Amino acid sequence: MNMQNDDTLLQVQGLRTVFETRAGTVCAVDGVDVAVRRGECLGVVGESGSGKSVTFGSVMGLVRRPGRIDAGRILFEGRDLRALTPRQMRAIRGRDIAMTMQDALTALNPALTVGEQLAEVLEAHDEELPRGRAARRRAIRDRAVEMLGLVGIPSPGTRLRQYPHEFSGGMRQRIMIAIALASKPKLLIADEPTTALDVTIQAQVLELISDIRAELGMSVVLITHDLGVVAEHCDRVMVMYAGQVVEQGPTAEVIGQPKHPYTKGLLGSIPRLALRGEKIHPIEGQVPELIDLPAQCRFYSRCRERGVECLQSIAMQDAGPGRQARCIRLNPETVS
Amino acid sequence: MAAVDTDTPRDAATAQESIFRRNLHSFAANRLALGSAIVVLLFILMAVFAPLVAPHDPAETDLFRRLQPPAWMPGGEWSYLLGCDALGRDILSRIIYGARISIFIGAAVVLVATTIGIIAGLAAGYLRGWVDTVISRVVDILLGFPYLIFAIGLMAMMGPGLINIILALVYKEWVIPCRVVRGETLATRELEYVEAARALGAPGRHIMLREILPNILSPVIVVSTIRMAHVIILEASLSFLGLGVQPPTASWGAMVADGRAFILQAWWVSTFPGVAILLLVLAINVASQGLRDAFDPRFHE
Amino acid sequence: MSHAPDTAPLLSVEGLSKTYRSGRRLADRLTGRPETQVRAVNNVSFGIRPGEIMGLIGESGCGKSTLGRAILRLHEPTSGRVTFGGTDVTALSDDEMKAMRRRMQIIFQDPYASLNPRRTVAEIVGLPLSLHGLAKTPAEARDITAAIVEKVGLKTAHLDRYPHQFSGGQRQRIGIARALVSHPEFIVCDEPVSALDVSIQAQIIQLLTDLKREMGLTYLFISHDISVIGYLSDRVAVMYLGEVVELGPVETVLSNPRHPYTQSLMSAVPEVDRPGHKARVRLTGDLPSPLAPPPGCKFHTRCPLATEICRHKAPVSETVGAGHTAACHRLHENLSVPEAEPA
Repeated sequence: MNMQNDDTLLQVQGLRTVFETRAGTVCAVDGVDVAVRRGECLGVVGESGSGKSVTFGSVMGLVRRPGRIDAGRILFEGRDLRALTPRQMRAIRGRDIAMTMQDALTALNPALTVGEQLAEVLEAHDEELPRGRAARRRAIRDRAVEMLGLVGIPSPGTRLRQYPHEFSGGMRQRIMIAIALASKPKLLIADEPTTALDVTIQAQVLELISDIRAELGMSVVLITHDLGVVAEHCDRVMVMYAGQVVEQGPTAEVIGQPKHPYTKGLLGSIPRLALRGEKIHPIEGQVPELIDLPAQCRFYSRCRERGVECLQSIAMQDAGPGRQARCIRLNPETVS
Repeated sequence: MAAVDTDTPRDAATAQESIFRRNLHSFAANRLALGSAIVVLLFILMAVFAPLVAPHDPAETDLFRRLQPPAWMPGGEWSYLLGCDALGRDILSRIIYGARISIFIGAAVVLVATTIGIIAGLAAGYLRGWVDTVISRVVDILLGFPYLIFAIGLMAMMGPGLINIILALVYKEWVIPCRVVRGETLATRELEYVEAARALGAPGRHIMLREILPNILSPVIVVSTIRMAHVIILEASLSFLGLGVQPPTASWGAMVADGRAFILQAWWVSTFPGVAILLLVLAINVASQGLRDAFDPRFHE
Repeated sequence: MSHAPDTAPLLSVEGLSKTYRSGRRLADRLTGRPETQVRAVNNVSFGIRPGEIMGLIGESGCGKSTLGRAILRLHEPTSGRVTFGGTDVTALSDDEMKAMRRRMQIIFQDPYASLNPRRTVAEIVGLPLSLHGLAKTPAEARDITAAIVEKVGLKTAHLDRYPHQFSGGQRQRIGIARALVSHPEFIVCDEPVSALDVSIQAQIIQLLTDLKREMGLTYLFISHDISVIGYLSDRVAVMYLGEVVELGPVETVLSNPRHPYTQSLMSAVPEVDRPGHKARVRLTGDLPSPLAPPPGCKFHTRCPLATEICRHKAPVSETVGAGHTAACHRLHENLSVPEAEPA
């Protein structure tokens, strides 16, 4: 993969984010590389504790004490976000990169109407607004109505004056997406946008994101634990385990022919109607604690294919065109 | 069955540490609270070992020492550190013995009130229905009563005496823990582990005492400690009005009242017992705030 | 149920309803505001045969958890009957019901909320033994507890630990051990894997199917996840706004759904197997508020096939195949929901 590709919107290199706890230093994200191209949808898959949310929280500059970014570069359109002042970072956050949270109810301000929250973003980030106060206010209102309409909320004019609690879960998720999209960001990071939602509503929200991506030409990072969602909506997928990327590549190939034993295990764990009567093969054991990890493959204790060669730090190995996996057995000659 | 590899519980460091010990740990980390707790402890030790600690008999009068000033003032004597009252009794010894009354009544009232409050609160919160309606109405009515005025009325009716003071304060004091327990019970009874116990066929008594109570005890303990300070002030107020324990038993409120007449020529007679009340109440309040912070999970991590 | 089951059902539910009322306050009475009612479960009937796994699927707020709890009388049913092994459970006295609970158990969704944080694993799992007098001595109780704890894949060394010392998957195993220790015949599994990560979810599903086979259990398995239901249940009931809209053998219902709601539910599930190839039925709008359910067929506000009659008249359940029933006015027109353009 060409790292200096002009096509690359976001480039994360060697990101390491740690949290200081009483028990020791938890390395939540350890040496993660990510590249998001313009206009693509990247799926990020992993279980809780895999570091998928922390990785993109770090990109957004949202890591707070006791956590901190320990190492790595975060390049957005070539600018290193870690070198920016908090003020400059605020300008990028919201305007160029927007993020939606899993829990729309707590992420929205309960004391402000939906219209006020949309207006706040538009006010701060929209340079095309007219100068006069009245004209400006009218323009903001029109844009807010337009945004709510875009995310499929019926009668947006009246609903603008309502508070978050007056909306259903699916509607709130749409509102959060509307707020995120209000500044026409180049990159939308959607953190588990549908986990709290029912399947029929999930389908609506995911299709909404896909439609808007096509319309605005933005890039989307879809963080999820659901491989089915990735299979249907993402161009590329990145699988994370215990703070590391263990596999990445085009979605169809990764899901069709997984290379890393963890990816295989995840796919094998999904119960399906088609598998009735057959045994499913759960990955046994649990995710290791991310404190003082030994220098060995992090999946070692749960891996069905492990061998002595796995007892060393494993680097990403090439696994075909545009594909990589962190498994030594793909390329036994390489020693990191 | 193929034993699934379930690793040993994660995080050995926290595994060994019980929730309670973690609470104590963070309580100790708060120095002001710890200092206050030590002050409270000293008061308690002083009360328990009063006969050993007090330099004089608190009831021993000596008219030659009438209104003798504290030791550091002209006319003072080091063996009568804080001076003497109108009957020539040693103020320090009376304060030490007075701590017994304040702390005993404070602890007894809070203990009885908390026990009643827990039983009533659990019943109201868990059983709901008419039990809840009756208890909640009684609580509402009692909350409308002016606390001290009714206590004074009750004391006037029942006459003075240790037991009567305790009753006159408990009559309303139980309302506070009751409300806390009821609220916590309402929240806890909806949790799945309570539902699980019901699904297993556990009787109501088991659910209230074994499943709910242990989980709501922390806020109750914190509230009870804070209330102890209030009760000590109330007891002092009753004694001040002459409705508390009767002379010659030393009591802080009565001592303040005794000194009132001489406040201009012998300020120490009222002031030192007043300072003792202030010190103990302040220490209890600060210590209980620390206790609350330690028990409240929002202050962890 | 119109289809006669081959064996007598272990559990049968007839016309079960659960209505929650908001108590009328004095202010409501003075202003003449009527009492609000939520019909969480409305006239549900089905039977579960011994050794069967009955799946119960639906979206949040459809009443599936309430139904599970009403069957166990954890929430007292408003009307209807539940018969278990020939006994009318709904007619039992409180004491009789307590004894019956040994035979009917429940596994909860939230492995964190369902275990008392102040009690050890041994106390939690051993509770049913002491409640029902199933062990003569404390030593025997401990042996039984240890055996069941090992059966669910934990170690005896874990017995004296507290719930917060375990991970979500391990805690769910503790909850399962608690439900199984009294050797019940029937278990309501209320979304037992929804709160777990994918790999742990698979472990628990495997455990539940193994235990069912070994101990001869019967499950009512409640889930919002069609893949889980499709994998492990024998028959499935689909719920929408408190009513069962379709019921039948799981292969039939999931491969040939007849109710438009089941059809849209099936098409909404993202699958790894055939991405993008699936015709998608787009449901518009949200679930109506159960406080004010729509008249007629409750699904008509979101149904792409709704006609005039659906707005006025509630459909009744009809047999559409072997053991397969559905409640829809337009069943016999052999329609299927119009498909949207593939995304």
